[in-house]
Amino acid sequence: MNKNLTTEVILEPERYELHNPPVHHFEIDRRDFAKIVGAGIAVFLLSKGAIAQQQGQQQQGESGGRGGGGQAAPKDISAWLHIAESGAITVFTGKVEIGQNIRTSLAQAVAEELRAPFDSITMVMGDTRLTPFDAGTFGSQSTPRMGTQLRHVASVACDTLKDLAAKQWSVDAARLVPVAGKITDPQTKRSITYGQLAQGQAFETAVLGEDPLIAPADWTVAGKPLGKVDGRDFVTGRHKYVSDMKLPGMQYGKVLRPESFGATIASIDVTAAQAMPGVAVVRDGDFVGVTAPDMQTAASALKAIKVEWKPTAQQPDSKNIYDFLKANVQTGGRGGGRAQQATDTTAIDSALAAAQHRLDATYKVAFIAHAPLEPRAAVAQWDGDQLNVWTGTQRPFGVRGELAAAFHVPEEKVRVQMPDMGSGYGGKHTGECAVEAARLAKGAGKPVKLTWSREEEFSWAYFRPVGVIDIRSGVNDDGTLTAWELHNYNSGNSGIDTPYKTGAHVATFHQTLYPFRQGSYRGLAATANFFARESHMDDLARVIKMDLFTFRMKNLQDDRIKAVLQAAADKFGWGKTKPAAGHGFGLACGAEKGGYVANCAEVAVDKTTGSVKIVRLVVAFECGAIVNPDGLRNQVLGGNIQGLGGALFEAIEFENGRVLNPKFSKYRVPRFQDIPPIEVVLVDRKDLQPAGAGEVPLMALAPSIGNAICDATGVRLRALPMIPDGTVKV
Amino acid sequence: MPTQTPEATITKITEIQINGRAYKIDAASDTSLLSVLRDQLELTGSKYGCGEGQCSACTVLVDGNPRHSCITSVGAIGKKSITTIEGLERDGKLHPVQQAFLDEGAMQCAYCTSGMIMSAVALLKSNANPSDAEIIEYMQGNVCRCGTYPRIVAAIHDAARTMSASANGGAR
Repeated sequence: MNKNLTTEVILEPERYELHNPPVHHFEIDRRDFAKIVGAGIAVFLLSKGAIAQQQGQQQQGESGGRGGGGQAAPKDISAWLHIAESGAITVFTGKVEIGQNIRTSLAQAVAEELRAPFDSITMVMGDTRLTPFDAGTFGSQSTPRMGTQLRHVASVACDTLKDLAAKQWSVDAARLVPVAGKITDPQTKRSITYGQLAQGQAFETAVLGEDPLIAPADWTVAGKPLGKVDGRDFVTGRHKYVSDMKLPGMQYGKVLRPESFGATIASIDVTAAQAMPGVAVVRDGDFVGVTAPDMQTAASALKAIKVEWKPTAQQPDSKNIYDFLKANVQTGGRGGGRAQQATDTTAIDSALAAAQHRLDATYKVAFIAHAPLEPRAAVAQWDGDQLNVWTGTQRPFGVRGELAAAFHVPEEKVRVQMPDMGSGYGGKHTGECAVEAARLAKGAGKPVKLTWSREEEFSWAYFRPVGVIDIRSGVNDDGTLTAWELHNYNSGNSGIDTPYKTGAHVATFHQTLYPFRQGSYRGLAATANFFARESHMDDLARVIKMDLFTFRMKNLQDDRIKAVLQAAADKFGWGKTKPAAGHGFGLACGAEKGGYVANCAEVAVDKTTGSVKIVRLVVAFECGAIVNPDGLRNQVLGGNIQGLGGALFEAIEFENGRVLNPKFSKYRVPRFQDIPPIEVVLVDRKDLQPAGAGEVPLMALAPSIGNAICDATGVRLRALPMIPDGTVKV
Repeated sequence: MPTQTPEATITKITEIQINGRAYKIDAASDTSLLSVLRDQLELTGSKYGCGEGQCSACTVLVDGNPRHSCITSVGAIGKKSITTIEGLERDGKLHPVQQAFLDEGAMQCAYCTSGMIMSAVALLKSNANPSDAEIIEYMQGNVCRCGTYPRIVAAIHDAARTMSASANGGAR
């Protein structure tokens, strides 16, 4: 066994499937908080556990223990909100804005519950000093969890304002009406603004989020297609991404990268680099980097370093990786099990043997790169032992932990801030660039900015896991699924369970070794599991000669999936005659993370060349009540367009620990000419609470296209990407 | 499209014309224009995305023509005038293309937006009323990883309408 291959899961394939309760932190004392935000009204949202804990501490305090009781800062705050004397409303959340426009939709949710003008709300996001602990922005959790929490905070704030007005006017709070940032008394026609109510106040309240919220059907601000907050700053180039920042005296950093994954330094000579004016060389074990007053000098200094690398033993390449995965299953580790059903293999084996028709197949998904257009960037500044870092990450608190561990300082000494970034798609959960920038800054004794090059981003970040999925299945002529056995090697658990009614059922995830860093990705494992399942379902329907739509409808058990499948089929015109020979129709559907999706695709395949054209796509999506239809449409459309890359042509090519295509000139991403007409159907369920939408909309895309290609040609494509050169062998 | 410094010898460049004004700079002639804009002049609206002219996040106009500033050396600019995203807004009024991107919500993370807008401005200069196909062909070099392409096409149509309406209005 090659010891340099990753044997432990550095980044869980599915972080969002971890159910460990996060350890909450609340660094700043409430008095400090008052200094930061000034006088006014503050509302903190506590968890039930925190209330119990506080009461416990209070009792301890009363009995002479050391608990701080009511004076202690609450340890389990998930969000808070402040209303200033000016009427300005500031909301603090650890979530971050990465292009999903959550800054806008969370502010809408607050404006709704608080009955305040949308423009009066400012979101402070992803600052480990100012915002409550948050595990990270991933897993499509911001809308269902943070959105709900903020609505509760805002709702309590609104009640607090009503109470203050009632007291001031000596009337019953119940008869007062909050609207547009004012409390109004309909009987006397008096009104008072939130700012006026906040004047001279040092009011704070900590509450449980249990009071009723405004029903989505009654929303007036939420549910509206508002544009991106601060949109003007983005179209004028004024917004400062981390890569745009500049601090006084700031140096530019570059890091020496190994020639291949896992290679170590055999010999190194940094004298020439060190002799360059203004250059500092920082070496710490195998970490070597330089800083310089400008980028060009930093790049020249890096080039001037003479280094010989000691490579690792032979590693798998993109051709033999799939055999490698199955040959290197890790037992006893994390992974296997969650989705495993009660059925044992005897039941599956006998069900398979009894089935009227059998179908076994293997599906593959390649490593793909997130390739966010803004590569990793960080600015680090030491002030004594206090470390300030600005970096683009989906997990500011996670990065703070990485920094504290890397530099052996307490987390309180580290502040991570996250200006709205040039996106991540699940690819920026980690803090490697922040740690490097901080190490360089420490060595140089000056603030340092480190921006990864595109090649570094492709090679040294992490990929969506490569994977193999085996399915064994049985079906009867009447369309009954009698057996379903799925084994997923390395790509992950998410979406592994079939939504179709089956007899014997096994679905298991097997963690394997893998040759590069791998981690989260928009849609991640569900994209792979949906691809395998929905392709396989199509083939089963073909085996028994049942209509592809009917076969799914017959076996689907969830009405919400049926509803989106119906909606997509209706919009697409499923069952209508194909416009010409060589055209094929395909569909696919599923549910994950509270979202329900169905795609239909039409392709045209040239019979001579095998060249595939995607003629049109329809995607129907439902995630409960819609908070911002414009933002949602943008997410659904964008997700499908990004998904086209992984479905059709994106793949990391690698050999012996080296990425062979770490550039946009060699790694093809979807561009204007790749985009077919896409119709988005949004199903708005005002009777249901909202769920997230960042990931699920792209999950049924690849199989819908694969199924259409099969419909047109009879050729089943079982590997993602399906048509790297744009053609299918006919 | 992009130009490399033709001369073998590296000289010092001390002045450059950007957005209608002269800037003093101190750069070796082989320094990329993008680096000068971002690091020396703090005109950070133009973005680094690939360093090989493949994503167009760094697009600026040189004498009105779109150029990849990441692979254009500052020495190749000479007295030509550069327009960056920062130079489009006039007296607090957005350029019609900027306004159209806002109106259409034609962005997500918006890191590509400056480059998209600059390319679109160049397109509309050469073709006041482009078809879908013409927009798609012209903009093929611009990458939006968030996938807002259809909205960008719509925004360019919007801008074309606004600009031709105001041109007609101006003629009256």
